[in-house]
Amino acid sequence: MPHDHHDHDHDGLSPSGHPYRPDQDTGLSYWQTMEIAVRELLIDKGVLTAARIAAQIEAMDARSPANGAAVVARYWTDPGFAAALLADGTTTVKEMGFDLGPMHLIALPNTDTLHNIIVCTLCSCYPRNLLGLPPDWYKSRAYRARTVREPRRVLAEFGVTLPEHVQVRVHDSTADMRYIVLPQRPAGTDGWDAARLATLVTRDSMIGTGLPKTAA
Amino acid sequence: MGGTAAGPVPDASHDFALWEKRVDALMVLCSGLGLFTVDGLRRVLEDMGPDAFASRSYYDRWIAAISQNLIEAGTFTTAELAERMAEVEARGQTYADAAAR
Repeated sequence: MPHDHHDHDHDGLSPSGHPYRPDQDTGLSYWQTMEIAVRELLIDKGVLTAARIAAQIEAMDARSPANGAAVVARYWTDPGFAAALLADGTTTVKEMGFDLGPMHLIALPNTDTLHNIIVCTLCSCYPRNLLGLPPDWYKSRAYRARTVREPRRVLAEFGVTLPEHVQVRVHDSTADMRYIVLPQRPAGTDGWDAARLATLVTRDSMIGTGLPKTAA
Repeated sequence: MGGTAAGPVPDASHDFALWEKRVDALMVLCSGLGLFTVDGLRRVLEDMGPDAFASRSYYDRWIAAISQNLIEAGTFTTAELAERMAEVEARGQTYADAAAR
């Protein structure tokens, strides 16, 4: 039973030590009540409008890993773009239409001897403009705690087993600095255009917990 | 958190509920207006202590931190918040009922 009151101790904890999902339709929670109250106060005081909040949610919903996939596919196919992306990720993706606001972006290219993986040990910093909202596991205590401690074991849980000679580099995101992993272009895709290549780029391959799909 | 021992990475996922998306939107919009910064959000989250990370969900913590920052910014008072929360709670048992005014 998800927690639906605010004064519980550890009864809101799952057997594996993780928080349960918040209530969605099983009764009003204390924190939902607070959300409604805060939002109404902001609207009543003229700080925000209901329309502006709705528009923000719509913009957020529109972002998806397809944005990041387009960046990666272009990185694979356009050498000038690739050089610019590595030199200045923030400006280069902005010119492609993905404005990160005040945040900075560093693109991390995987190679035959280097595999990058991103995490936010502090909370949930994530390249939202390129990938949408982070998946639950990215925000989980287990992922945040263990990725910096035993990244190869975490990768193995995601089904990614890398040879010993491949170095694993973990990047800890911050509020101001976001990362995106640039996976290696799959073999057998010579002559593919960017749009077709983008279909191989998975969300997890841009976090580093996965690899791109292989050319079918 | 970073570097501590922990169990397997959970693979369950969920669709974000409307209330969670609203919390997220409030954070983006209020920080965009300069009412507080992401550091202000983090400070309150850190002040909650480790237990809050176990017992409260992600957006539970966020709305608490947003609310605290807005009180500190003078946007509304603790009393106004308490009064409005009582009103909201009196509207009904479900989120949909409580959110309708």
